[in-house]
Amino acid sequence: MRMPDASEILLQVEGVSLAFGGVKALRDVSLDIRKGEIRAIIGPNGAGKTSMLNVINGFYHPNRGAITFKGRTRAQMQPFEASRGGIARTFQNVALFKGMSALDNIMAGRTLKMRRGLLWQMLRFGPALAEEIEHRHRVEEIIDFLEIEPIRKVPVARLPYGLQKRVELGRALAMEPDLLLLDEPMAGMNLEEKKDMSRFILDVNDYYGTTIALIEHDMAVVMDLSHRVVVLDHGVKIADGTPDEVKKNQGVIDAYLGIAH
Amino acid sequence: MLYREAGQFKTTYAEDMAIFPIRQDRMALAILLGIAFIGVPLLADFDIWPFGSDYLLRAILLPFLILALAAIGVNILVGYCGQISLGSGAFMAIGAYSAYKLGTGVHIPLAWLGFAISIPPLPVLLSILLGGLAAAVVGILFGIPSLRIKGLYLAVATLAAQFFFDWVFLRVPWFTNYAPSGSVSAPTLDFFGLNVGTPIERYMLCLIFVTVFAFLAKNLVRGNLGRQWMAIRDMDIAAELIGIRPLYAKLTAFAVSSFIIGVAGALWAFVYLGSWEPLAFSIERSLQLLFMVIIGGLGSIMGSFIGAAFILILPIMLNLLPTQLGVPLSTETITHLEFIIFGSLICYLLIKEPHGFARLISIGKEKLRLWPFPY
Repeated sequence: MRMPDASEILLQVEGVSLAFGGVKALRDVSLDIRKGEIRAIIGPNGAGKTSMLNVINGFYHPNRGAITFKGRTRAQMQPFEASRGGIARTFQNVALFKGMSALDNIMAGRTLKMRRGLLWQMLRFGPALAEEIEHRHRVEEIIDFLEIEPIRKVPVARLPYGLQKRVELGRALAMEPDLLLLDEPMAGMNLEEKKDMSRFILDVNDYYGTTIALIEHDMAVVMDLSHRVVVLDHGVKIADGTPDEVKKNQGVIDAYLGIAH
Repeated sequence: MLYREAGQFKTTYAEDMAIFPIRQDRMALAILLGIAFIGVPLLADFDIWPFGSDYLLRAILLPFLILALAAIGVNILVGYCGQISLGSGAFMAIGAYSAYKLGTGVHIPLAWLGFAISIPPLPVLLSILLGGLAAAVVGILFGIPSLRIKGLYLAVATLAAQFFFDWVFLRVPWFTNYAPSGSVSAPTLDFFGLNVGTPIERYMLCLIFVTVFAFLAKNLVRGNLGRQWMAIRDMDIAAELIGIRPLYAKLTAFAVSSFIIGVAGALWAFVYLGSWEPLAFSIERSLQLLFMVIIGGLGSIMGSFIGAAFILILPIMLNLLPTQLGVPLSTETITHLEFIIFGSLICYLLIKEPHGFARLISIGKEKLRLWPFPY
């Protein structure tokens, strides 16, 4: 496995707190994601992992704290601004566009890169057609990469779950993100599918050099894939370090297995 | 000839992304366009008509074309962008009355400022297109609430547009050029010095409009903007995360949809009705258009045509059939029968295939590709 360049920090989360009414989802959490690494966020159910991702890509606005992404600090932003900045994401429950084909789903990921206006698209001629074809080329590369050629024209609602997850990854990749957030990319998959997905995640990191932050419950997968792991429990960061360090951490063992009384 | 793609290899993405990538589809379309553009005028020339005289043209084909155009507009908003609208009738009315005002000359006396805005009567084609533009502007205005409210609540908001404009065109005499009866007549239909008067000329005019707009709409929905609309329809949260701005996507859908509906409204008034009153664009028209796209197929340009044909032509056929077959039934009974059969057909169709005729056809095509094997 390629080791990331440890020096440059891509994303820095500082003292973020998030509350929904009385429920404190995140309490003063700080973490950093270095450029080129695979960073795992783990923790028991309700630990605040998904909330953390939602804060990073602008879905939730933290009550306190700041986020620095690519050297720019901010407290609030809208999801489409995050996507413009280069953050892509997949969802815990597949959030594909059900009525569209796999190809169209991934093409939709290129929206930000397409420039031609309404009138050109209406005529679908000259520059508009050239643009469409150019992006089709890029999308076909991704389809090739994810090995989903046979299903490119199938409406995604008809695809099995594992392939839907793969198409969703493809849509995120089509954005050519700097930071890719994966929310439980392997939830509900069988062993074969998990292996495939792990391979794709490593390949994405290796081949495109994309920084990845992922949430996952399968500990074997997390420990194998990630360079560094952060552990949350009840909205508090309880450990942060390499997989080996985290595995030995007493706080983490207690959080997962409970404390003997 | 079998419906097979075997042997039709595509070597470029441009070929693969063509509007009809399968040869048989292209041929079917060519035949259809041939009939519409050449066959029907030939029939008119030789004066051979089913049902006698030009009934087919005036009472069936003309309204079918115009309503199909309006249905395309509704389908863009409801079928592609997923924003339910009950105000289509109002947008048709805006198109019609704006075109009427522009076609007969606009005069706005601004007495307190001491001058008046006067625009001389514009050519018909220009006023029809500007009528569509006016509808698009109003469509954008009424689309703004869609950023906050969704689904049935949005439907109610667009219903407000319907009632508001019904009222405006009925009660503000300026729009009807102070006609005492509230009924107005279209200006003469001159297109570049060519007078469009006979039914066949009117038919050709509408056919050209519908063909061009259907083509442009099809291009839009399979391009980037169409993908943005469908993304908003299917999963707005994920759409936002890949960089689609809901504001832009929804408002463009409202604008394009209202523009097409507005043009259809202007055609309906100028070419089909000739003279009309606000009642022509009531809530019933909105519902009729909505039914057309639901039955024809949400999210399908072809579905708009099929839906329009079904909703418009089936009742006429049902009405004509007993007389043609010589079954002695009173007109009243026929009308009641028509409602009963039509209603139950719609129920049956929606249960059997909730995605409309367009889906039915695409399933049929898929089966046909493999026929005679099941898979």
